[in-house]
Amino acid sequence: MASPTSPRTGRYIIAGLVLLLIVLHHDYWNWDNRNVVFGYIPVTLFYQVCISVGASATWWLATKIAWPAEIVEEAAHAKADEQGGRS
Amino acid sequence: MIVIYIIVGYLALLLFLGLFSSRLFRGTSQDYMLASHSIGPFMLLMSLFGTTMTAFALVGSTGEAFAEGAGVYGMLASSSGIIHSLCFFLLAIKLWTFGKKYGYTTQIQFFRDRLESDKIGLLLFPILVGMVIPYLLIGVMSSGSVINGITEGAFTEYFAEHDYGVPPWLGSLVVSVVVLIYVFFGGMRGTAWANTFQTCVFMILGVVTIYVIADRLGGAQAATDLVLKKNPSKMMRDIAPEDQQRYEDIYARWERLAEYNFATEWGKNEILSETQIAEAYAQFPARMPNWERLAKAAFSAKNRLIELTPAEKNSAHYQQDDRALPEPRPDWWDQRIATHHEMSESPRILGIETEKAFRIYAKNIGHPEELLNPEKPELGKKWTRKRAVGVYKATSWAPDIPHRTDPWLFATYLFIPFSVGMFPHLFQHWLTAKSANSFKLPVVAHPIFIAIVWTPCILIGIWATSAETATGANMFPPHFNPNAVLAVMVKTLTSPVLAGFLAAGVLAAIMSSLDSQFLCLGTMFTEDIAVHYGGKNRFSEKQVIFMARSFIVGIVILTYILSLFEPRRVFTLGVWTFSGFASLFPLIFAALYWKRLTKAGAYAGVLTCAATWFYLFRESNWGDNVKYSVILPIGEGIHTMPVLTIFLASTAAMILVSLITPAPSDATLRKFFPEKRSAG
Repeated sequence: MASPTSPRTGRYIIAGLVLLLIVLHHDYWNWDNRNVVFGYIPVTLFYQVCISVGASATWWLATKIAWPAEIVEEAAHAKADEQGGRS
Repeated sequence: MIVIYIIVGYLALLLFLGLFSSRLFRGTSQDYMLASHSIGPFMLLMSLFGTTMTAFALVGSTGEAFAEGAGVYGMLASSSGIIHSLCFFLLAIKLWTFGKKYGYTTQIQFFRDRLESDKIGLLLFPILVGMVIPYLLIGVMSSGSVINGITEGAFTEYFAEHDYGVPPWLGSLVVSVVVLIYVFFGGMRGTAWANTFQTCVFMILGVVTIYVIADRLGGAQAATDLVLKKNPSKMMRDIAPEDQQRYEDIYARWERLAEYNFATEWGKNEILSETQIAEAYAQFPARMPNWERLAKAAFSAKNRLIELTPAEKNSAHYQQDDRALPEPRPDWWDQRIATHHEMSESPRILGIETEKAFRIYAKNIGHPEELLNPEKPELGKKWTRKRAVGVYKATSWAPDIPHRTDPWLFATYLFIPFSVGMFPHLFQHWLTAKSANSFKLPVVAHPIFIAIVWTPCILIGIWATSAETATGANMFPPHFNPNAVLAVMVKTLTSPVLAGFLAAGVLAAIMSSLDSQFLCLGTMFTEDIAVHYGGKNRFSEKQVIFMARSFIVGIVILTYILSLFEPRRVFTLGVWTFSGFASLFPLIFAALYWKRLTKAGAYAGVLTCAATWFYLFRESNWGDNVKYSVILPIGEGIHTMPVLTIFLASTAAMILVSLITPAPSDATLRKFFPEKRSAG
């Protein structure tokens, strides 16, 4: 399925999301927060696990809208050339 | 002995897997070193993840959480989740394409072509090899320590000096031989198979372990409630006021003990009468080890029986904490008492705690299953040597100073995971991919995998800070070795079978990095030195494979011999080698994305990186000062990780010199920055 966004736009979106993740990673507001989530996970740990989940989601989106298709294509051509050369 | 059987069974299974994978060997050097670019998405994910996660992911993460609290995940793990995948996305796919197109096997082959410089290989080779070797040594030595720790008391007559467990030299030897065999026969395919299997093992065991431990601690909620009650600072990255108060009380008690010990010359000249001693004991309710002396110290202080000058008090504190007295003495030495921070700047005398513990507790040391006194079973069992050292430290040394996570150190730690971009063993794994699309799964799943492995370990680490034994005492005394926390939790709270499996899991994490590193160094010696300088057409495929195998054998032997000297300082090198690799990230990034990067710019970047790294490493007292940071003169001074300075200096030198030197040739630019093919 073709992506609705152009690869260039997709890359800007992913770059923006990665920067956002890096900014959110610095959760100074949680420095002295000793609350717990689900009764046993420290907030500071839970928040950062959410950052990991967010990172996975961002990279999943990257495979959809920012995957370097031209590199993949280049590699496919190189492979075809290589096989053509052998035959 | 069950533990030993499980470890032996696991190692045998691994050997079988490695040898079985060698049946698929196609007989070419490309197959031996790169598995003929045949690794699909799942195995690529598992082998990349297994290679980046060392023993630190299980043992170190638990230990760090025990020592520093829940904030460790943010500092060490979630940043890796973002940056590692970024490196895979930005670097791995492009490098895989070039590797496939131009037949590269090592990083140096790529840099030689891209920078139009043969000699860049001579500069990079010793730097890359030099930084991988400490990493290898840490793995080999850790495997011996893990096996020794988990098998304590397994023998009844042998290895008393190693607490009746498998000696570290033997454990390291067995692990090295097993890894050598499957890498030797299986090459990259064997390594990828073994890594996949081992990564499954340590991920599953991590989850099982936390489930069992949480259950034994009365449930996850009860375990966390205890931390909130006893060590709230471990739940966050700041110091809880009640922890600060508790520290101040304990430190004041410790000062009294130090001064009493000094005044009585460590008990040789008692200053209290028999009546006063009886009164002191009666007033002191706690009955922990060394309580008698604490009672007498408290009594003496309360009744002002000890009069010491500030200089004597300082000597008392430094000696009690086993620290070297400063030479020359500071100006204030005779006027006031050193603060705890000032005292901590003086290093502890190396190894003195072992010597003192063995002397003081000689009668208590023995086989951990024997009773201390068969007539008084309530006194418990004999102590291992490690326990004797632990008791000595807990009862003699000053409490740790509470500290918060420095926000700037936290922020600048983000640069460390960039090391993944320049690890030579990861580069080799990237080239094994079957297609560029094989990277999709590793890019997406890597951060989640980090969360799956690290979250249980962090929880176990923080629960350990407040866990109690059946008698209500703390399970872990002060100054307990953080790296032993996971093993003790598992041994104390679970069955020998799970302890055996966990040991196998930790070994899996260690070996899944060791194998890639051994193979990578063998490949680098073969391709970048022997074949490159010997002439590509001079050797047959069989000869190249023979050379690679010979180099691997040589590297394993050399690493093992070096590990026998127990260079404990190598552990302090860990973060420094990562900093070095991370600071070379700008080089590989520019080589792929910046046409203007020149040969001279690359040399300038690498040399600046090496020089800055060396300068800061020396400033940190060759890694001895584990809390060393570079202080930027902004405001009251901002503490930053050394990696920031090295990274920025190397980048600046690379860019500036590239801009003032001639651009690469058109042929090189066409080769590495090809025009896009037109559609159709």
